[in-house]
Amino acid sequence: MSNQAEAGYVVSHGRSKAFYERFERKSELQHQTHFCPGCGHGTVHKMLAQAIDELGIQDRTIMIGPVGCGVFTYYYFDVGNVQAAHGRAPAVATAMKRSRPESIVISYQGDGDLSAIGSAEILHAANRGEHISVIFVNNAIYSMTGGQFAPTTLLGQKSTTTPLGRSAKAEGYPLHISELLATLQAPVYIERVGLGDNKQVAQAARAVRRAVENQVRGLGFSLVEILSPCPTIWKMTPVESQHWVRDVMEKTFPLGVFCDRTREAQAQTAPAAAPPLERIPEILGVVGAAEPEFSATQARTAEVDLEVRIAGFGGQGVLLLGEVLAEAGLDAGLEVSWLPSYGPEMRSGTSNCHVRLSSAPIDSPLVSAPNMLIAMNEPSLRKFDASVRPGGWIIYNGDEFPPECMRKDVHVLAHPFTHLADELGDARACNMTMLGALLEIAGAVPQASIDAALHRLVRNPRWVELDERALERGRAVCRESMVEEVTR
Amino acid sequence: MTNTEKKDRGLLRIDTDECKGCGLCIEACPPKVIGLSERLNHYGYRTAVYAGHGCTGCGICFMVCPEPGAITVLRAVLPPSRQTSGLPHHDAEGASPCASN
Repeated sequence: MSNQAEAGYVVSHGRSKAFYERFERKSELQHQTHFCPGCGHGTVHKMLAQAIDELGIQDRTIMIGPVGCGVFTYYYFDVGNVQAAHGRAPAVATAMKRSRPESIVISYQGDGDLSAIGSAEILHAANRGEHISVIFVNNAIYSMTGGQFAPTTLLGQKSTTTPLGRSAKAEGYPLHISELLATLQAPVYIERVGLGDNKQVAQAARAVRRAVENQVRGLGFSLVEILSPCPTIWKMTPVESQHWVRDVMEKTFPLGVFCDRTREAQAQTAPAAAPPLERIPEILGVVGAAEPEFSATQARTAEVDLEVRIAGFGGQGVLLLGEVLAEAGLDAGLEVSWLPSYGPEMRSGTSNCHVRLSSAPIDSPLVSAPNMLIAMNEPSLRKFDASVRPGGWIIYNGDEFPPECMRKDVHVLAHPFTHLADELGDARACNMTMLGALLEIAGAVPQASIDAALHRLVRNPRWVELDERALERGRAVCRESMVEEVTR
Repeated sequence: MTNTEKKDRGLLRIDTDECKGCGLCIEACPPKVIGLSERLNHYGYRTAVYAGHGCTGCGICFMVCPEPGAITVLRAVLPPSRQTSGLPHHDAEGASPCASN
């Protein structure tokens, strides 16, 4: 169109400034979106961009992109962008808003993302009344993946996974997210709008703007659900799908405002930002306690490379044993790693952990070939016996070392450590007796570091005292058995 | 457009490279002044075309269009005053260019 024809006219509706000039994603036609012709996402994107323009918040807006067709928000919106894992946009938005309270955080999600895998995130973000704006684009189906049924799929609606149509009996009823969230006390504004005709589109644009404006005013959680056409997956023309929103979808998902507390809501600032990292030790009360009281260089002079596997049944203190060892190593200025590995059972399941203490940086926390195995019961011994490196040690809790587990190339210290702990006052101190034996053999960690670690990890003074005695008793047993070995 | 014609309140600019021919604007346009092109664009889409006159500048086509800049809607500027206007014909016609504002 010639400039002459446009003389005397000014642009009243044009490309929003909140969009990038060019969309990097495409090699050609970089001013076009990736959306299919007639896609509701494009329309919603424009409404959002317009709201951002009008409210003058482009330089402090953060968009949280979803998984789904809406994923590319970062290609289109010239604002801060974070793309969240499937369903987690409200959780990411929460973190963004709390750590940057001055920003305007918009969480953008589709129905497969928000109402299925992300149903917990949106529920709790809404219930906490996070100061975010949520744009929920509902097209009643998983579109990006080819049209599987979603929680929002209408009864009778066909999808690739409900080829005969959704039935209430088999798949349940369409999930009404807006109504559901409106039962909560915290949200200030929840509205469902549609893209079914001109009137609906105009209302949708107003609702989107309101949801963002509420946040600018500091009012709290706002959500706009937008019934949106998906011509491609619905297998309709764009115009047909628009009509389907109005004539069919709306019957299941009635439009309207489900919650509006914007009048009575007090403008508040978002919850205080988290304290800076440097203050965490002070808040946790671990300042000072972490100060090593001995010379770290002492430990460093000796080459240390301990690869320890500790195994037993849940409740034997396997993980704590490893933790004390790792913590002591840390205290001694060594490189350490501690990797627990346990089943879902809190008690009586098997449990084991990997601990590494080294004077050199640790490449992997996995200990597949330990040079120290602490087997707190027989099954653990049988499981890990063969993995011990030649020249390594097996410390076994039992009266008799099973002959078939005997190897010529490893050292064995077998002792009924449980009885030992029992004699000291509590069988549960067995883990510390075995740690004592290990420390006696390894000799890599100064006693002061062990004491410090024990004090840090065991809060009950009675237990600290018992554990100290258990450690010492374990050391003694180890020394005695070595003397035996030499004199034999 | 000639000076003797009544000047429209609105005007459309359509980017035929960006338009994907979904037809939502054609459906939405109240005075029905948008059609679909016979020619295919670079991508193989028939695109929206403005009839050339009759636009009211309401902006509804822009609102429903899913593409960021496929449609631009322009509105006629109200002359600052009849005396200083360089477009006497429009005044003579008694048009109210900004009625939709």
